[in-house]
Amino acid sequence: MTFLSYFISGLSLGSIYAIIALGYTMVYGIAKMLNFAHGDVIMVGSYICFFAVSRWNLPPVVGVLLAMILCTVLGVTIERLAYKPLRSAPSLSVLITAIGISYFLQNAAQLLWTSNPKVFPSVVGDGSVKFFDGRLSISVITIVTIATCVVIMVALTWFTSKTRMGKAMRACSEDKGAAQLMGISVNHTISVTFAIGSALAAIAGVLLSSAYPTLMPTTGSMPGIKAFTSAVFGGIGSIPGAMLGGILLGIIEIFSKGYISTQLSDAIVFAVLIVILLVKPTGLLGKQITEKV
Amino acid sequence: MKRIGKRLRSNLVIYGLVVVTYVVLQMVMGSGHISSSLQGQLVPICVYVVMAVSLNLTIGVLGELSLGHAGFMSVGAFTGVVACIALEGIISLGAVRMAVSMLIGAACAALAGVLIGIPVLRLSGDYLAIVTLAFGEIIKNIINCLYVGIDHRGLRISFLTSAAALELAEGGRVIIDGPMGISGIKKLSTFTMGFALILITLFIVLNLIYSRSGRAIMALRDNRIAAESVGIPATKYKMMAFVTSAALAGAAGTLYALNYSTVTAAKFNFNTSILILVFVVLGGLGNILGSIIAATVLTILPEMLRQFNDYRMLVYAVVLILVMLATNNDDFKGLLYQIRGKILARNGTKGKEGAVNE
Repeated sequence: MTFLSYFISGLSLGSIYAIIALGYTMVYGIAKMLNFAHGDVIMVGSYICFFAVSRWNLPPVVGVLLAMILCTVLGVTIERLAYKPLRSAPSLSVLITAIGISYFLQNAAQLLWTSNPKVFPSVVGDGSVKFFDGRLSISVITIVTIATCVVIMVALTWFTSKTRMGKAMRACSEDKGAAQLMGISVNHTISVTFAIGSALAAIAGVLLSSAYPTLMPTTGSMPGIKAFTSAVFGGIGSIPGAMLGGILLGIIEIFSKGYISTQLSDAIVFAVLIVILLVKPTGLLGKQITEKV
Repeated sequence: MKRIGKRLRSNLVIYGLVVVTYVVLQMVMGSGHISSSLQGQLVPICVYVVMAVSLNLTIGVLGELSLGHAGFMSVGAFTGVVACIALEGIISLGAVRMAVSMLIGAACAALAGVLIGIPVLRLSGDYLAIVTLAFGEIIKNIINCLYVGIDHRGLRISFLTSAAALELAEGGRVIIDGPMGISGIKKLSTFTMGFALILITLFIVLNLIYSRSGRAIMALRDNRIAAESVGIPATKYKMMAFVTSAALAGAAGTLYALNYSTVTAAKFNFNTSILILVFVVLGGLGNILGSIIAATVLTILPEMLRQFNDYRMLVYAVVLILVMLATNNDDFKGLLYQIRGKILARNGTKGKEGAVNE
């Protein structure tokens, strides 16, 4: 029974990683950049929801929606101001700019909201559901997290394969020049990608803070790194890969915490990542790129 | 002939600037006209200069993005301090003991570099970057679980337990106390030691770059397939650059740790790696002098911004973004080019010759 309960909490943590990783992987797939500020957008989303629910006493649903809208605006603004002028710049310059944005968001949050940890309200509701005569109890937040992840996964798959915008996105990630010749506005598509990624980051932020209710300006950075790792784990640029990578990473983390050692859990997660990349250098579902001479 | 002369000149400029800065600072310190905050920054500046130059070897010269450079610094810091404390009774002269500790720190970091390099250098691009990040985090995690003590029987090491599990004899001393790190370090680092380490680093890195091996490494950076096709063994040369870079970072780590009374593994996290990466990129990839200047300026900058108090890190972030936007802006680049053209034109024929050489 412990196994099952570990498995379910791993699944829940993994779902959060997967939602964050989607933001990384979509942006990477289309703009070929590592958006290091993504983890901090999560943090901003959590803070917005926190203020909406516990300070302004808005209903949780409104809080989540508000967080999603403001994060979308934030994500698109960042893209416009900082990343768009660097579209043709070397990738390291873009990386440093993203790091700059990350510093900026963290320090702005510290100035605006101080570094005192805030206790995140239970947006989703407390309580738990009992199975097997109460031997296995699953909290509501866990169920909501997993359900949200499934919904997002289905919706995104539908979006990228069936809608015009989704097809444009796939076309851009395949070949930007050819996509432009076919009349796709590459800049607009990239903006939409950032918007979707940031909205997902807001959802992930709310879920993350509901599961681990201490909220600080640095809350987003470690989950950000882990989610980035899971995006690479699954093969960066691939949407199903990010999902799979996130969930596997969450499960591995919880199992190593439960069965091996709490202190070493991060080391084990990263060690598994390294082993996977050595066996399959482009991640689990990544495309094998053959090098032409 | 002319090219060799030019290279010698640019190397001499680098060494000269470092030596002159050191001499001037020593003179200013001698006359007491230096603020205490800047004086406290001198050793960290030396550390970051060495870190930036060594990371530039991996990123600028070898052309592989490493996000775990602080991990090697951490290995060097912890092994160096343990060596320094263990050698306390054997070598009494502080400076010699510190030099030996730095060598041990560098050797251990080089060993870590070899162990990490074997898997890492098989990958490339962003995947290589993420694996170095992962290794940085693993090193931090492992040191957090490490307990090391010393008594008359020698060094005692325990993993994942507690300081009590070391079973130290009477008069023994705990050196690394898991997540608490090392405390009660006797401060041995001096500005002169830092200066010496910078000179050694420059000597090693510049000589490597301009050697046969260095040209092989740069050929691998520019086009791996072409380089391999003319018979350059990729793994050997990649390893050479990576391990040299790791060893220098280890020595810098020892210098850093011996400048403070306590040191914890958490200090050498992802953010430290990123900080050094920022120095390298702002200084210019493959540009050693640029790394030195960027590391110095960006270490002092947050201190100088202290008058902005709470806003200083915010300002730092904005400066970082603006510099990146400006240096990649075509209009701005054109403006710089025009200014340079005017200066060169004023210098007459000498300037023209320089422009052709560029």
